[in-house]
Amino acid sequence: MNDFLLIFRRDFTNKDAQPSPEELQNSIKAWQNWFGGIAAQNKLARPLQRWDIAGKVVKADKHVINGPFVEIKESIGGLIIVKAENYEEAVEIAQSCPILELGGTVEVRMASDPEG
Amino acid sequence: MEQQELIPHLFRSEYQKIVSVLCRLFGIAHMEIAEDIVSDTFLAATETWSTKGIPENPTAWLYTVAKNKTKNYLKRDNLFQQKLSPEIQYHAAKTEEFELDLSVKNIGDSQLAMIFTVCNPKISTESQVALALNLLCGFGIQEIADAYLTNKEVVYKRLQRAKEKLKEVNVRIEQPGFAEISERMETVLTTLYLLFSEGYYSTTQNVTLRRDFCAEAMRLAYLLTDQERTNLPEVNALLSLMCFHVSRFDARANQDGETILYHDQDESLWNQELIDQGKYYLGLSANGNLLTKYHLEAGIAYWHTHKEDTQEKWLQILQLYNNLLIIEYSPIVALNRTFALGKVYGKAAAIVEAEKLKLTGNLFYYSLLGNLYTNIDNAVALQHYRQALLLANSNADKATITRHIQHLTA
Repeated sequence: MNDFLLIFRRDFTNKDAQPSPEELQNSIKAWQNWFGGIAAQNKLARPLQRWDIAGKVVKADKHVINGPFVEIKESIGGLIIVKAENYEEAVEIAQSCPILELGGTVEVRMASDPEG
Repeated sequence: MEQQELIPHLFRSEYQKIVSVLCRLFGIAHMEIAEDIVSDTFLAATETWSTKGIPENPTAWLYTVAKNKTKNYLKRDNLFQQKLSPEIQYHAAKTEEFELDLSVKNIGDSQLAMIFTVCNPKISTESQVALALNLLCGFGIQEIADAYLTNKEVVYKRLQRAKEKLKEVNVRIEQPGFAEISERMETVLTTLYLLFSEGYYSTTQNVTLRRDFCAEAMRLAYLLTDQERTNLPEVNALLSLMCFHVSRFDARANQDGETILYHDQDESLWNQELIDQGKYYLGLSANGNLLTKYHLEAGIAYWHTHKEDTQEKWLQILQLYNNLLIIEYSPIVALNRTFALGKVYGKAAAIVEAEKLKLTGNLFYYSLLGNLYTNIDNAVALQHYRQALLLANSNADKATITRHIQHLTA
């Protein structure tokens, strides 16, 4: 088994791209079921961690801006680390991630050894 | 109560009380002496009561004899006296004045101290449960052997090893301070939870013994809620969970001891008083922000006290199972979660999730698949139930699965 980082990104700034309150409500259940489904397969590699939505960005000139970030089209909505045999299996988990229903994307990255 | 019933009960409940007080007085290094004094007391009681009848107040009789035996022991054995703490030596030197304190308060304090002494993370969990059964609940070696379906020698050796270990790691038995409470509470709750499960899920046919195990685990949990320092939300959550589970004890088995599944239970046999108690402790468990697995399990057990299958009920149960799995994975919780998912989103959706679990060594995995495939593809359902039957060990499990197979082949 390998550890895979799954990063969920979505456009939080464009008004047209925002889900309706009802969609958001349903989405909460979908997230819980998705996390529960991964945990049911004993594939959660780390405890879940919530992240503040607003956050800050440090720019090249060391200037700090507060979120949400108009300059970044897709912000990180969250991330989890799962256990999977290979990319194929990790991608299969990512394919049922609720962020996709909200027009977002999931980036999948395998943890690698420092030596490897 | 008849004498045959009264004496084992009385001995069990008084054994752990007097042993706790004596162990706290002498220190854990001398726990055998504490146990000897109590055994001698019970021997004297059995002898005297069998000829003269049971005294009006048997507990007071036992306490008087235990006090005298302790006094005599201290008087007789000067060598032992020298090993005790200066404080006890001081009192014991004036043996005429020495009085073993068997007041309700001192018993309660000593038992609490003993719980935290036994539940030491340096001792294996298995040993902790064995010690708890023996020292905190007063179960004899034979009773523990019956519950574990093993023989007396095995239990005796396990207890001896655990007691040696206890002596090795413990110097003093004392009232737990706030630091010990926060450090050990998790271990204490795990041990009480296992003790309870031992009674609730044990495969032994001895129903009385199983009830007694559950009752003892609950008594120890009550003891924790009784004291302000240990009356924490997670303790209330565990107690709530125990109340809800035990409320269904009478409905869980038929007269032949066969298991009755939740779905088929006669809810008029559910104990409403215990359900109300469960709700009360669940309310108290909601103080503060802490959400432990006991909170989640108590929540699941709470929703199961609603017999009616509503969408709301199963949605809540599913979310509680999701959160429980996120905190701590267990195969049985994964299977229950999938069953709940089927209740909310339908069997087809649950089959997809179930097949991802791949718990191919687990009979309940196949029972679940058998259940989900029933009325969707009965041939596949039958295959799964037959696989489950191959993996079943207990007669109760075999009987349940066979009933499902008969239903599908009828």
